[in-house]
Amino acid sequence: MPLLPAEFADLERFADWVLPTEPQRYAKRLASAMPQMQEFYDTAFPRLEDAIAYCDKFPLTDLPEDARALLHLMQSLVNVSFPVEVWKQARVPDSGAAMVHLIREPVV
Amino acid sequence: MSHFTKPAAGSWTEHYPELGTEPVDYTDSIDPGFYEDERNAIFKKTWLNIGRVERLPRAGSYFTRELPAIGTSLIIAKGTDGVVRAFHNICRHRGNKLVWDDFPNEETSGTCRQFTCKYHAWRYSLEGEVNFVQQEKEFFDLDKQLYGLKSVRCEVWEGFIFVNLDEDAPPLAEYLGPLVTGVEGYPFHEFTEVYSYRAEIGSNWKLFIDAFAEFYHAPILHMKQAVKDEADKLAGVGYEALHYQLQSPHSMISSWGGMAPPKDLNMVKPIERVLRSGLFGPWDRPDIAGLDPLPAGINPSRHRAWGVDEFEIFPNMSLLFWAPGWYLTYHYWPTAVDKHVFEANLYFVPPKTARDRLGQELAAVTFKEYALQDANTLEATQTMLATRIVSEFPLNDQEILLRHLHKVAKDKVKEYRDAAAAR
Ligand code: FES
Ligand SMILES: [Fe+2]
Repeated sequence: MPLLPAEFADLERFADWVLPTEPQRYAKRLASAMPQMQEFYDTAFPRLEDAIAYCDKFPLTDLPEDARALLHLMQSLVNVSFPVEVWKQARVPDSGAAMVHLIREPVV
Repeated sequence: MSHFTKPAAGSWTEHYPELGTEPVDYTDSIDPGFYEDERNAIFKKTWLNIGRVERLPRAGSYFTRELPAIGTSLIIAKGTDGVVRAFHNICRHRGNKLVWDDFPNEETSGTCRQFTCKYHAWRYSLEGEVNFVQQEKEFFDLDKQLYGLKSVRCEVWEGFIFVNLDEDAPPLAEYLGPLVTGVEGYPFHEFTEVYSYRAEIGSNWKLFIDAFAEFYHAPILHMKQAVKDEADKLAGVGYEALHYQLQSPHSMISSWGGMAPPKDLNMVKPIERVLRSGLFGPWDRPDIAGLDPLPAGINPSRHRAWGVDEFEIFPNMSLLFWAPGWYLTYHYWPTAVDKHVFEANLYFVPPKTARDRLGQELAAVTFKEYALQDANTLEATQTMLATRIVSEFPLNDQEILLRHLHKVAKDKVKEYRDAAAAR
């Protein structure tokens, strides 16, 4: 069963990035190798505008399941944009042992 | 040469002559004796913000706060009369912690009609009266009037809930004074989309305030967050604020605010270009009343290039307003002389579209990337301060808020010690 809307079948192979919360997305980022994230970014980033346009056909508070999954995927894209666009590594450079946890967040 | 006008005295620091300009002694951040006195002299005597009213949407809503700095756990609850109250989280029967879930040291929140102790089921109203005692007849002339929850002074300002353990402290509004109350009227209540962060930091609480109360470090520590050309330019120019203002014990810095939206889109990362958002928040100001004009206390120099104001509400709260229309708070809760819990809350208006939502997501993700870099420096600072190889440090004019913070902390501790010695 595909998670994403049919128009986004090209992103289906990244379905394991469909994660509703930031702690899940951040943990997956830390557990991923750069080539994996690069591939996800290179495929998903060009579809970001289309994904937004697709989700914006519905009220944000009442997204159909597939649109919600697409939005969660794009939230993961936002999270990996840092390693890919600037850091060239999963962790924030110069952050050593520091941990900052997101403990309350609005979940779509 | 300075880019922005400084006061007639020649510098921001000399504009406040009581601060002095000599190097500052940082023993206050490593000395366990100072820390113990600081808890008594500062944290147990000062108004402390412990959250916002949005966390208490209805009668019976409550949350708990674990506050080692003041040596207690508190229950904050909204009564049936709509009043927000604070109580020590201790049962009057035999001292069990009254409100907690599985782990006594973890904070909790929820909604209830009354608080029931897990131990022997004494029950307390939302207003703190004991209204049920299990097998009351087994006690000896128990006067229930005398066994209500121990309350703590609690006042709300602009939706921010403050508590104070000191019965003799002046009222909250008076304590905040004109510097802080100058932001009244900001539409805080509209910003109900909240991201909350927590970090355990291996440094004295004041060192993290230091890190956030000067932007002198920004072009250097966070260099890699900007694109290369921009980073080089920023490092060359350095950093200067638009304006500083002190009103002891509080202070503020007003700053120009960078790129929202940037003059040249090549200055920002690809994802920022698409989502129109970044560290400075979503670039497009939300459509709500109260942001234009802003309250007089915000952007006090009325500068066109204004981007952000940061108010340091003594002792441990920072309140920041970003030009594009959102705000955030930081809190620094000491747990030991060389440890504290850092909390940050990002407040946005509820997004209407997926585009808005992803813009906020990017701002939140970016905040965390910066905070990780800021946090990591602190442990390194703490360990070296603790060596006492060097204890005095030259602070520059862009570090005036640090000079002020350490001076206020030392003055309060001195006052407390002098009073104790005189007794
Ligand atoms: S300790 Fe709470 S009822 Fe006994
Ligand atoms: Fe910083």
